[in-house]
Amino acid sequence: MTIRPIFSALLRNRTGAILVVGQIALTLAVVVNAVFIIQQRLEHVGRPTGMDVDNIVATRVQGFGEDYDHLATIREDVAMLEALPGVAAVTTSNAIPLSGSGSASGWRDTDGEEYRTINGNYMNVTNGAQDAFGFEMYAGRAFTPEDIMWRYDDDENRHDMPGIVMITKDMAIALFDTPDAVGRMMYNSLGEGTQIIGVIDRMMGSWVGWDDVTNVALFPTVNDDTWIRYAVRVEPGQADAMVPVIEKALEDFNVGRVVTGTRTMESMAKRSYSRDTAVAVILIIVVVLLFVVAGLGIVGLASFTVNQRTKQIGTRRAIGARKRDIIIYFMTENWLLTTVGVSIGSILAIALNLWMSEVFDLERLNYWYVPAGIASLWLLGLVAAAGPARRASKISPAIATRTV
Amino acid sequence: MFGYYLRLGIKSIRRHPALSFLMMLAVGLGIGVSMTLFSLHYTMSSDPIPEKSDQLFAVRIDNWDPEDSYYESRPDEPPPQHTYRDSQALLTSDIPTRQIAMHKSYFALDGGNDDVKPFLVTSRQTTKDFFEMFNVPFMFGSSWDAATEDALEQVAVLSKATNEKVFGGENSVGKTIRLGSHDFRVIGVLDTWEPKIKYYDVNNGPIDESEDVFLPMSLTAALELPAGGNTNCWKDEEINSFEDMLNSECVWTQFWVELNTEQQKAAYSDWLDGYVTEQKALGRFERPMNNRIDDVMSWIKVNEVVPDDLTVLVGLAFLFLAVCLFNAVGLLLARFLAKSPVIALRRAVGASKTSIFSQHLVEVGLIGLGGGVIGIGLALLGLMGLSKLIEDIGTVASFSWSLGGIAIGLALGATLLAGIYPTWRICRVQPSSQLKTQ
Repeated sequence: MTIRPIFSALLRNRTGAILVVGQIALTLAVVVNAVFIIQQRLEHVGRPTGMDVDNIVATRVQGFGEDYDHLATIREDVAMLEALPGVAAVTTSNAIPLSGSGSASGWRDTDGEEYRTINGNYMNVTNGAQDAFGFEMYAGRAFTPEDIMWRYDDDENRHDMPGIVMITKDMAIALFDTPDAVGRMMYNSLGEGTQIIGVIDRMMGSWVGWDDVTNVALFPTVNDDTWIRYAVRVEPGQADAMVPVIEKALEDFNVGRVVTGTRTMESMAKRSYSRDTAVAVILIIVVVLLFVVAGLGIVGLASFTVNQRTKQIGTRRAIGARKRDIIIYFMTENWLLTTVGVSIGSILAIALNLWMSEVFDLERLNYWYVPAGIASLWLLGLVAAAGPARRASKISPAIATRTV
Repeated sequence: MFGYYLRLGIKSIRRHPALSFLMMLAVGLGIGVSMTLFSLHYTMSSDPIPEKSDQLFAVRIDNWDPEDSYYESRPDEPPPQHTYRDSQALLTSDIPTRQIAMHKSYFALDGGNDDVKPFLVTSRQTTKDFFEMFNVPFMFGSSWDAATEDALEQVAVLSKATNEKVFGGENSVGKTIRLGSHDFRVIGVLDTWEPKIKYYDVNNGPIDESEDVFLPMSLTAALELPAGGNTNCWKDEEINSFEDMLNSECVWTQFWVELNTEQQKAAYSDWLDGYVTEQKALGRFERPMNNRIDDVMSWIKVNEVVPDDLTVLVGLAFLFLAVCLFNAVGLLLARFLAKSPVIALRRAVGASKTSIFSQHLVEVGLIGLGGGVIGIGLALLGLMGLSKLIEDIGTVASFSWSLGGIAIGLALGATLLAGIYPTWRICRVQPSSQLKTQ
């Protein structure tokens, strides 16, 4: 089997060849870049959170009326929720991790003139925080009920930095280059210090798209505001069922406040990641459709060539070519086209990625995606051409004697 | 002649229903995917207030940290919001036709109605020109005036939805609502007002809903109404009271002006420079002078309302459309060449090349049209799917007549373009070549 006659035949039907090559090239360019983006997004969405996201329900209460006593209400709410069947742990918080809403600030490693500033989420929580969020401690201890500062608006210490804090391992490393930060001090931008009593193995803050989302500081504080959030850890698998139960329990318990936005942390995370998920889903659909369309294109054009050459195939068969030879001929022809297509496509794929990384600040392609894409298109070409090639091999030698 | 070609085209399509459908499907898939994404892009980048978008300007001045720019990745851009004291000071200019300062809050709203439990609302504290400036329609009552602002009257304008929820849609002007711990008298109720892009305040996302309640901003200081949108601070300053917050360098208010002429715009720009220079003399605004007056469309660009993600997806979707068109060309070529004998016969009995060309182009057009219709169907499905996937996508994932027109136009245009080569090929069939072997 030599390739020369195949080439000559291809050159006689240039249009068909160009159409297949063009489709393959564009398909490779899009598929390689799409799969690269899909992979990045799925990795981003699938990062470990360090928390028991599936079994947490979060809600927000907002007080109203002249005689609303925020701190007293919170104490009662927490006790009531903790006693609720199906509830494992409760914490208050000004922000719910992964929810898209929260607070962040800059933190310093010393109160001297030369300091390092890093960004971190901060949350004001109660002693239920570890069990409610379900994170693990890397070192040190979590908050006890005695640690919690309940601060009324007119309290003297209302605006002081709390004396103790828990931070995540990532935040400790960002501040001190070591996770072993228990006992050390960290400072806010006014130079007020707080002592690190515990290091959390891993936890995420509010904004999933933020580079510093794994830098989190927890303070043992409840402030006299008009609103607060609760994070409620429930029995495994009961989160969806507990949403209405918790909402109703809170609403019935005290009428001096509005209960809103009760939902599972999982659904909050889903909402926060929805853009990434949507990008991944759209691109997966595009990739699948591309394979189908490109595959059908190959089938169509191969069938067309086979039909056009019915007489030649009959002749070849009549003068001694075996069925195998015919199949190999068409498969080789198709393989040649695919190969030219993927060669052009590789260049297009890399060019497209370079252009996108330039204009849209996208990451550079990991070039391993190109050979993987090439291999998959070769496979697609072989599968798609197999049918028409087999049909060609069934053309009877007798056909050569007839005029078509 | 066109009618005749049309009949021939329909006949040809009906003779090969499967192949014709396959071609339409190829075009339709391409159109469906690209139009789904293009529709989002189109809606998000279209002008939310076309009648005066070139006369409304978001104002920015740079009070940020002398050591550090507001945006890490775009150091030349000033902060998108203002301190409370600056937005109050900017209100003193007499150059703009209209001007507003504003910020957002959250409250529990109690309508004093036992059937409707208190619920959480978003409110916008703003100045009297807000409604006229952004062409916000009223159903009942009207906005407040300067005297109301100065007298610190506790008045409120409700959105249509809030009025429906609390007062069942009746004219509630004169009634009282309670927000947090303060009472407000309703003086106006808005009609339907749903800008697809919340261009006037993009801090909580461009497809955030507009607010439920509107209050005079003079009450912010008087009643200590808390900031509830996005607050950003840079300065190491003690903030221990509401008063401290109002006087801080934290930015949390927005400021817009309406300028109708170029002269007005130039004069306002000078005035702004003057204000910043004055503040610099007082030791504020340590960064270089960097004032911006952006009209609505350039404000949408500055705030990257259309995410890069979406632009990339639209691009990839159009490449997918290209693959589909390559495919359609292949199928068309096969189909037309198979018809060579018939064409040769028609040529032999006198049909001109032009008429063969036109006839086949009409057939291609029909396939494009079919592809367009399939494409619109798929785009509608696609947009429905996207609203399932992205819960707060709101009305951005919607299709319109103009988008339908674009889809059909794109399908027809692209298919005709792709069909030119096969059509041209078929015109070149020699009358004699095919007749000989018959």
